Amino acid sequence: MANILVYGLAHEGTVNKNSRGAVSEAAKVASQLGGEAHAVLVGTDINDSVAQQLGAVGASKVWTVNAAEGVAQTASDAIAALVEAQGYDYVLFGGGLLGFEIGAAVAAAIGGGITVEATELAVDGGKLVAKRPIFGDTLLSTSHYKGKGVIVARTNAFEVNETGGSATVEAFDAPASAAAGQVTLKVRGEQRGADINIEDAQILVTGGRGLGTAENFSVADALAAAFGSGSAVGATRAVVDAGWFPYAGQVGQTGKTVAPKLYVGLGVSGAIQHKVGMQSSENVLAINKDENAPIFEFADFGVVGDLHKIAPALTEAIKAKKG
Amino acid sequence: MKILVLVKEVPDAAVEKTIGSDGRIDRSGEKTLNPSDTNALEAAVQLKEAGADVSEIVAVTVGPDSASRSLQGAVSRGADRSIHLSDPAIAGSDVVATGYALAELIKRESPELVLLGQQSDDAGCYAVGSVVGQFLGQPALSQVSKLELAGTTLTLERQAEYGYDTLEVTLPAVISVSDSANEPRYPSLKAIMGAKKKPVEKLDLAGAGIDAGKVGTAGSGVECKDFQAPAAKSAGTIITDEDTAATVEQIVAWLDSRKLV
Amino acid sequence: MAASSTNGHAPAEFPPPVDVEAEFIATPQAGEDEAIEVGVAIVGGGPAGLAAANRLLQLLAEDEELLEQLGEVPVAVIEKGKTCGAHNLSGAVMKPGPLKSLFPDEDLTELPAVRWVNEHDDVWWLTEKGTRPMPGPTPPNFQNEGNWVVSLSQLCRFMAEKAEESGAYILTETAAAKLLVQDGAVQGVVTGDKGRGKEGEELGNFEPGMEVHARHTVLAEGNWGHLTGAAIKHFNLAEGANPPVWKLGAKEVWKTKEQWNKVVHFFGWPGRANNKWHETGVGGWVYPYGENQVSIGIVVPLATPDATVSAHDMLQTVKQHPKLKAILEGGERTAWGAKAIQGGGYWSQPKLSVPGALFVGESGGMIDMASLKGVHMAIESGKIAGEEIYKSLKLGQKDLSSFETAIADSEIVGQRLYQVRNNMQLVGGSSMPFNLAKAGLDIISKGKIPGGRKTTHRDADVVQIIPPEGKRASDLYPKADGKYTFDKLSSVFITGNATRDDAPSHIRIEKNVPREVAETWKWMCPAGVYEIPEDAAETGNVDVIVNYTNCVQCGAITARGGRLTPPEGGDGPAYQVV
Repeated sequence: MANILVYGLAHEGTVNKNSRGAVSEAAKVASQLGGEAHAVLVGTDINDSVAQQLGAVGASKVWTVNAAEGVAQTASDAIAALVEAQGYDYVLFGGGLLGFEIGAAVAAAIGGGITVEATELAVDGGKLVAKRPIFGDTLLSTSHYKGKGVIVARTNAFEVNETGGSATVEAFDAPASAAAGQVTLKVRGEQRGADINIEDAQILVTGGRGLGTAENFSVADALAAAFGSGSAVGATRAVVDAGWFPYAGQVGQTGKTVAPKLYVGLGVSGAIQHKVGMQSSENVLAINKDENAPIFEFADFGVVGDLHKIAPALTEAIKAKKG
Repeated sequence: MKILVLVKEVPDAAVEKTIGSDGRIDRSGEKTLNPSDTNALEAAVQLKEAGADVSEIVAVTVGPDSASRSLQGAVSRGADRSIHLSDPAIAGSDVVATGYALAELIKRESPELVLLGQQSDDAGCYAVGSVVGQFLGQPALSQVSKLELAGTTLTLERQAEYGYDTLEVTLPAVISVSDSANEPRYPSLKAIMGAKKKPVEKLDLAGAGIDAGKVGTAGSGVECKDFQAPAAKSAGTIITDEDTAATVEQIVAWLDSRKLV
Repeated sequence: MAASSTNGHAPAEFPPPVDVEAEFIATPQAGEDEAIEVGVAIVGGGPAGLAAANRLLQLLAEDEELLEQLGEVPVAVIEKGKTCGAHNLSGAVMKPGPLKSLFPDEDLTELPAVRWVNEHDDVWWLTEKGTRPMPGPTPPNFQNEGNWVVSLSQLCRFMAEKAEESGAYILTETAAAKLLVQDGAVQGVVTGDKGRGKEGEELGNFEPGMEVHARHTVLAEGNWGHLTGAAIKHFNLAEGANPPVWKLGAKEVWKTKEQWNKVVHFFGWPGRANNKWHETGVGGWVYPYGENQVSIGIVVPLATPDATVSAHDMLQTVKQHPKLKAILEGGERTAWGAKAIQGGGYWSQPKLSVPGALFVGESGGMIDMASLKGVHMAIESGKIAGEEIYKSLKLGQKDLSSFETAIADSEIVGQRLYQVRNNMQLVGGSSMPFNLAKAGLDIISKGKIPGGRKTTHRDADVVQIIPPEGKRASDLYPKADGKYTFDKLSSVFITGNATRDDAPSHIRIEKNVPREVAETWKWMCPAGVYEIPEDAAETGNVDVIVNYTNCVQCGAITARGGRLTPPEGGDGPAYQVV
């Protein structure tokens, strides 16, 4: 049997997108292995409708474990026991903090191998292999498992595939270890301030020397605001050096490393020192008046022109589109 | 209370990382103390300074003989002594096998608290803390950005999936410290020079009572190979702005095609 | 870039804001408990400093009584780089003698630092597309049979290991910021602070520098000696000497498709032959650098009048030459570095000792510019320093003047420097073949013909102009393609330079200067430190932007009217194979 067990993170009745994507990927790969994708949800409030959120994206069976959510130990104890009881060969995690913690503990508990930050699963010689980009995404490494395998994916690496199916739901009584009893979750998911950290931004508008002055960062702010929640403003070293923007927002070799879905460079030249801090961005849009700027060598969409004309017009267009 | 801090020697950030002919990370170039580990050492020192009854801070590493320099660097940042496990048979260990070896070393010392950095600069698995915790039968928590000790209870904060979480842990436990937890101090020149004289216990696998079959390539459950360049990104579209309205239209159409608006 | 509307300006007209006495000389304040007491403090973990450390420790190993007297730390090497070798770069085809005699029991050719033992030389006189025949046989100063091509950054790592094994304390990531002087003698140094912010404020992790008290201090700081300069000024050691003269070298290491096995020196193109540009001193090399590897470099005088002369870009230009392309094309650049060379030689040497301190290697002007060699002199002078310091320690005296005599008497150092004392001045004189003939005669006659004393001028006094388009050195520079030719920031990147962005600037210059001076700095700097704002006035004064975190501490700005001070320890490049 080559079933794959997937950990699903459910919080306040919703399974996150990350976990749903992992279930869809597992379903795809399991079918190539001649097996099925099963999922496990841990929480004190997991009912059938929560479990079916995973049935709808490819899980044929969902185990529910009645234990505290938000703590790795309860989940890893349960999953290790499930693997033991049901003979799963592979356990997949969508990523995120708990994914790493639970995955690592499970690998140790079941005596398996682990791959983290995986972006691709495949089948090689009848066995599952996981691919992981390494060294700043310049190289792809492939993990082959000798026995059981744990895969912790890069967050949102996998697309959700709505199959409209449904899963058998079954409760699993997990033995709790002594270690689980040592941890108490006091506060979960406390919100503090609206400021988004640039490393977490889905859309990052970055200002470079081409903005001209500190005041002109308002152009970047306005564009980021038009994109809405999940967006933030960052800066290059040159403008941070010039005192136009705080150091906390600096992207690059000596600043933060970011990997947003969309990176927008306004007047950013794209020197290597900056590039290494943003090269994992999924999509790069660059506006710069210097057609020789290195950023155009790796931009997905580049505009040679005056950002002071284009960016405000783009801001208005996005606002209009979003209504 | 005894605190163990796990540290690692990694290739210097300046070294272009490559895979050697043996399929492992080429570690022949310049090496340094893993930057993240300095946050763990600083956290240990800060607990001591905050009045916790810390009898000893011990730096522990697994790595080749050359790692002794990084270990000394760790000691100069506040450890009282150090332990260095070095054995040719341990090369090629994956994160589970490494965690097993570390856990065996930790058992010899029975500390109340094990601290480590959030990630290593080379392998970057973010996982060894949880592996060690599992082998020790102790809770492991990572990405910890704030830690306060009262008696044997640690109160921790971290940024998790849905915002900030606060947790309480009864010691013993294994804690990975995030780089936002503190700003590590520079070691003083006196501490750097003094580190040379602090005791270091050098062990091989047999000396540490570690089963050689559970470490190294043979003891690892995963093998990384078939290294290849990732699929090349297709060349971008570059346009020159002549009519701003038309330009913006093109940008929006592109954003649309990528599902970004 | 606008053409010069004036007759130009010399950088020396705009001295940097710096008060050497007040800022870099101090009297000891700390008590014994607060200070670090060492036997001998060596400032600079390069070949000279490390040779001194090794030699002294070899002698101390045979003298337990004296070793004990020196206390817990008999020898401390203070090095600002991340590691010894991190800031060291040279060609370098080295005469192996001094290294062999320093480590007689080592199998040195097996070291990773020793890249090639040379058997074949060549000298190329380059024109844009080809070469001109050399007038006569290979001059003796370019004969390198039996010499070793070394990686200086790796050699320093080896020498540091040896010193550490013998009991030295190697204090890396530590800058020596001030010289401690009391009773007319040097008493040690003060190390640099760490953890200061942009405005010099103390950050949360601030760690103050410490006084290091030493019986003797070796200043082995290399080309732009910070404390060496302070000592020369304080003790007035350069009276009657010519001003130091500088060149700037840029080097790349390449993996090549095929093995190259000739030590080649070249000169001529892209330096312009017309003497008014003073570019006849431009020259370079290609050396085998191990299996399917070569190093290529270019050395450019810092006394050129064209503001657009750039060593970094001249190296990119010379790689376009067919003879060099044939070696490099299809290969891959793996390392880059740049370093200024203090090439004044004999006539610009300062007095080499004061009570309690002495200068070794490049700090003391010990470079043979005629044969482009300094590493062996650095090692030999360090060795002599170790021996003379040992004698002074035995006698319990601060006086180190015996070092000066020993250097002057040394066949490898003093005598050779005297022989080639005029050679570089001769090369830079009139037209190329005539210069070469004169310089060649000078070498063959060991300095007797033409003899006498040739003077030099301060590089910073050379008036800088921006020639009209079509007449600029920069006209030749290729556009960087990121594969064969590179821009400055890509080059800096591969040095591993990750200087902390919120550190205070360590570069002192007058920031409001005429455009000619600003352009000179901009082009000269191989690391892209100096930048002119896009909207700056085309003529008249501009405000120079100083991107000091790019700095690879090559020292060129010191020659050109500015001043480097040591940055925070650990900052700057992390050279590994250059």
